[in-house]
Order: sequence, then structure tokens, then C-alpha cells
Amino acid sequence: MAGKPKLHYFDGRGKMESIRWLLAAAGVEFEEEFLETREQYEKLLQDGSLLFQQVSMVEIDGMKMVQTRAVLSYIAAKYNLYGKDLKERALIDMYVGGTDDLMGFILIFPFLSAEDKEKQRAFIVEKATSRYFPEYEKVLKDHGQDFLVGKNFSWADVHLLEAILMVEEKKSDVLTGFPQLQAFKARISSIPTIKKFLQPGSQRKPVPDDKYVETVRRVLCVYDGMKAN
Amino acid sequence: MSGKPKLHYFNGRGRMESIRWLLAAAGVEFEECFLETKDDLTKLQKDGSLMFQQVPMVEIDGMKMVQSRAIANYIATKYNLYGKDLKERALIDMYVEAIIDLNELLIIHIFQPADKKEQHLATIVDKATNRYFPVYEKVLKDHGQGFLVGNQFSRADVQLLETLLMAEECKPDILAKFPLLQSFKARISNIPTIKKFLQPGSQRKPPLQEKDVPKVMKIFH
Repeated sequence: MAGKPKLHYFDGRGKMESIRWLLAAAGVEFEEEFLETREQYEKLLQDGSLLFQQVSMVEIDGMKMVQTRAVLSYIAAKYNLYGKDLKERALIDMYVGGTDDLMGFILIFPFLSAEDKEKQRAFIVEKATSRYFPEYEKVLKDHGQDFLVGKNFSWADVHLLEAILMVEEKKSDVLTGFPQLQAFKARISSIPTIKKFLQPGSQRKPVPDDKYVETVRRVLCVYDGMKAN
Repeated sequence: MSGKPKLHYFNGRGRMESIRWLLAAAGVEFEECFLETKDDLTKLQKDGSLMFQQVPMVEIDGMKMVQSRAIANYIATKYNLYGKDLKERALIDMYVEAIIDLNELLIIHIFQPADKKEQHLATIVDKATNRYFPVYEKVLKDHGQGFLVGNQFSRADVQLLETLLMAEECKPDILAKFPLLQSFKARISNIPTIKKFLQPGSQRKPPLQEKDVPKVMKIFH
């Protein structure tokens, strides 16, 4: 059934944030239903809405889609953000895989103890500056184009911008030494749909705080013993 | 450049095994270059072959592909194992992503410290039998077809079979309560390309043994 996509998740970033970014980049309006209580989660479980008993879940085009990567691939393909052929898709998939791994280190951050947070922050910055950013810097330098893949705005660009901003929240000058990425960041941020998403009042979620952590733990009854990478 | 795909990994399952399964299912012959020592990995890293300095890496169609999902997506699309349209792809992706989650648990099991192994196994069995297998059992029951998606053989079938077999290696009777998964297993195993891959002498890898764990750890750490 047509209508706006509806996102079911906590009122916070987590695994849903990349989906918010991609929908926003595609200029697609969406609704959100926030999980606040265990009862809400149990209701979703009982009425069979969560295929593998997990959130994120997105109601879109008559489906109740789960599994973040599946949802992102669907949105990217539907809104022409997945390259023009198989080879471009392969590149996009590789680049998104890298930014996904990098953002994965940041995903667990809020759930760590204060001491482990410092370790993890160092780990994130180290991986970003030695493994991931150099690769994207090189890609942009080598082809000299505005977008990562094939001269067109794609999922890879959105995902990289999201990752850059998240790492900058951990170390504000992390892009020093990456001039291509600095220009990329400015360029992609000024794309109208992205620019709108970056403004206050959008559906972009802030850096996770203690309230978010407490909500996730309460609703899912998990993540009490997380350790740093 | 054309020629057979060439897989770079250690001589074991890990994250490359799903790719071996997929190529085999598609009837595609492939070569393998095994990392035996840390130096082998360092060499690949230094010559710029590994985009994020990690394996798996597959040389295919002139590309040096990394990221197991990217590689699997490419192979599945190229060999028509990815459904006929966007909606079928969405279903395949949902099923496959969950299988990947379960696979992760299976892959890391051998690396668990001795005092955590038993609990980890219990977690695997719990998730397999309470979270994942019931979903696929229901999918097969609801549509009554031979394949998971679109009445056609796809990567979802290949990857589910791979995982069912690995789960049985952990607990031989793990499919006891899932009659449709049992017949699915028999049916997909009989597909000629799969049947060939399941025979001794194929490029399918055995489970990692305890004694080989230190060698693998040395390559990557």
C-alpha cells in the first residue's frame, strides 16, 4: 500500500540512522513510531511485525522490512542511488561495506563504560584515519570527480558523509590531512535534500545520550555488559 | 581480465565460505590462493590489493573485490540468483542478512575461550531454533514451494542450506522440530551443482579444528 514509509525504532540513531539519512537524501518523507516501553516492543513481537524479533523495522510499499542492509539496498535501488550497472553497484557495495564497518565501532560506543569509551574513541579514530579515510581520499583523488562512484550521487556518498560527521563528533579535527574528504563533506552537505536534513528540526537524531541507552536497555533487556573493540 | 575468479583467504571457511558456496551453486569454477602466514597478508596489504586491508578478496571480472556482502551481491546478480525484481530481492536480502547474523555466531564459535564455549553453543542453538529456523520453516509452509523466494532457486536457498549444515555440525539433531527445513535440506542438496560441492574433493572447506586456531590467529593478529 502506498503512503509514507514508517520507521519503527527508538528515538535515537542506532541502526536506523543510516536509513533516515538515505530516505532524506532521496527526498522521501517518512513517519516514525518510537519505541519507548517494553510493552510496545512485545506488542510488535506478538503481532508478528518483526520477522526476526528485532527492530529496525520499516513499513514500506506493503512490506514490513527488517534487516538494516536489506532496507537500505531496497531504498537505494528504488530511488536510483545504487549506480547504473552491476559494476557501479559492486563499487558502491564495497564502499558502503567499509563505512558500515566504521560506523559499527561507533554504534556500540554509548553502551560502554566511561573507561572503555576512551579506549573505543581512540580505536575509532585510529581505524578511521589509517584504514578507511585514506581509501576514500584516494578514490576521490584518483578520479577527481564530485561523487564516489560513476559521476552520480549515490548511497555511497550519503553513507560516507554520515560516517565522516559521526567520526568528527568523536574528534573534531579528524579530517586534517584529508583535503579531498573535506571538500567532499562540504559538497555533499550542500546538496539540497542533505542540507535540509542537516538543519535543526529535521528527523536526524542527535548523538546518543544516557536516556537513549537507558531506553534501549529497558525495552530490549540487553547490552548491559558491552566491551570495547 | 577474464578467467576464473580467484579467491584470497586462509585455507578454511570463515567469511569466504559463503562465497565458495555461491560460486559453486552457480556452476562457476574458481581458483584459490591461501594465506598461510602473516607475511602473506602483509604482502597483499602492501601491494594495494586490499581496499580496507582485509580479506576476503576475490579477483573477478577485472576487479579486486572486498567486503563479503559486496562480493556475494555481485555473484548473485551476475548469475541470476537474486530474484527477478526489486521485491524478490528485498525478500532475499532479508532472509540472507539474518542467515549472515547466525553464521557470524557459528564462525566465531571455535575462537571462543574454553570457559565460554559451552555458553556460546547454547546461544547458537537458542537463536537458531527460536529465532531463525522457525521463520524459514514458516516461509516454506506458507507458500508450499520448493524454494524460499519466487519459486526459483536463489542465493537465499544456497545460504540457508550452508547454515543448516553448519548448525547440524554443532548439534546433529538441531533440525528435529523443523520437518520442512529437513526436506528443504534434502532437496537443495540434490541440485547437481550443490551435490557436486558436497562431495569429498570439492573446494568446500571443513570446520576449523582447535589445533589450527593458533595458526589462523597468527595470520590476522
